[in-house]
Amino acid sequence: MTLVVENLTIDHGAIRAINSVSFTVPTGNLAAVIGANGAGKTTLLRGLSGLKEIKSGRATWNGESIVGKRPENLARAGIMHVSDGKSVIAELTVKENLALTGLWRKDKKDVAAATEEVLSLFPILGERMSQSGGSLSGGERQMLAIGRALVARPQLLLLDEPSLGLAPLIIDQIFQTIRKFVTTMNLTVVLVEQNAMGALAIADEGVVLNLGSVVAVDSAENLLKDPAVRTAYLGY
Amino acid sequence: MIKLITAILTALTTGAIYALMSTALVLVWRSTRIINFAQAGQAVLSTYIGYEVTVRTGSFWVGVVAAMIFGALLGAVIDRFFMRPIFKRIQSGPILMIAPVVATLGLLGIIQSIIGFKWGLTYQSLAAPVSTDGYTLFDRVIAFSPFNLLVVVFATVSMLLLTLLFQKTNIGLALRASAHSPEIARLSGIKVDFIRTLGWALAGAAGGLAGMLYIPSSYLYPNAMDVLLVFGFVAAVIGGLESLFGAVAGAMLLGFAISFATSYVSEKLVFPMAFIMLIVVLLIRPAGIFSKKKGRRD
Repeated sequence: MTLVVENLTIDHGAIRAINSVSFTVPTGNLAAVIGANGAGKTTLLRGLSGLKEIKSGRATWNGESIVGKRPENLARAGIMHVSDGKSVIAELTVKENLALTGLWRKDKKDVAAATEEVLSLFPILGERMSQSGGSLSGGERQMLAIGRALVARPQLLLLDEPSLGLAPLIIDQIFQTIRKFVTTMNLTVVLVEQNAMGALAIADEGVVLNLGSVVAVDSAENLLKDPAVRTAYLGY
Repeated sequence: MIKLITAILTALTTGAIYALMSTALVLVWRSTRIINFAQAGQAVLSTYIGYEVTVRTGSFWVGVVAAMIFGALLGAVIDRFFMRPIFKRIQSGPILMIAPVVATLGLLGIIQSIIGFKWGLTYQSLAAPVSTDGYTLFDRVIAFSPFNLLVVVFATVSMLLLTLLFQKTNIGLALRASAHSPEIARLSGIKVDFIRTLGWALAGAAGGLAGMLYIPSSYLYPNAMDVLLVFGFVAAVIGGLESLFGAVAGAMLLGFAISFATSYVSEKLVFPMAFIMLIVVLLIRPAGIFSKKKGRRD
């Protein structure tokens, strides 16, 4: 159960957004992909979840190629992508949003169990079940988006900027919760973040992207100590 | 008094038919974000099939079922083998807004020529299953017949069933999710392409039903449903294009406006009234009369 990305290249129109990127995330690890705005972090995730066409290179999950597959099929195969900050359907209720990833699952008992687990992880969602997704605060939306992914019992979670637009206190809470369920559910995670400090603090390893290319891959611990990374991305 | 009652009943009947057409347009709009002008052709072709089946089996009801099933299949085929390839080829740019809509216009022409080849450009009549003679009220015959009552009942029941489907079933949830956010639906593992085709199929069935309920009060010819497409479109826009409730409410509003204008002012007001309503709504509430400010949407 390993995510292997090799020489992955993705174009954004005429611009090369991801240029021959390689890294590996072993099972149960949380990898933070950090980098400045425009480094290609989001494009990388969209490529891995099938939303964006991959120009060349390889990407495999459990030895199987995920290149060229449709997002809905990858989702059903256990690769869940929580796209940026507020990926919640505003017109649907919280309950309906959570139900989306359970619609196609055969084991309805486990869907109910997974939903219960999500509600104990994010109790606030339980109080908001009949409210519309659009009425939630930014933090609640983020919880709902992550919760919806977890209802599918994914193996690989692709998280795009969960801290985007949230208050510092909430960011801390979200990061701690992510760390918690990643460990208890034995998930493999690619966490894309502009908040490099927060992300590396909970990550096992880090990938530093700059203008679409990998400039450093190392354990999160080492990256946090690396003077170059510190000045460029951590700001001290 | 009789005049008022007749106006109300006529409004309900015409409103019911408009509602089926506007619902068909809204279903396609929600699933693929295009206005399907071919709807008039699909509905009339389905009605021809219903007509043939009615003639052969002697049962209008079997004809209705046939028209709805054919309408659903035709809608699904059009989306799967015509619209989907078009969307695949056009990824972006201004043509993306226009090409699919123009394609439906072309399709309308093609369907109507096919009908012309097969059935000719003549008028056929489809007999109603129940009397089309008006009921007698206070010793006077009014312009509302048992068949009109049947139209209202059928349209109401089908709307209720559709609402139940959308609000209470898993398929309905998938349809709503795919309409509001195809990307999130995909990432949640929903087969959005299939769901879209399903939206087209439901729309096709609604069109087939509209045709079978409308034609007995009119005649069957290749362009028989064109006018209804216009009214259905106006109703859908009044209702804001997004919701089934809006489509039905818009249709009823339009039905009442036209019925009252024609019975109290002039018979000639049918079309002007529809377009006056369209323009007034577009000027005052361009997003439809039921539009409301969304919550914290971004």
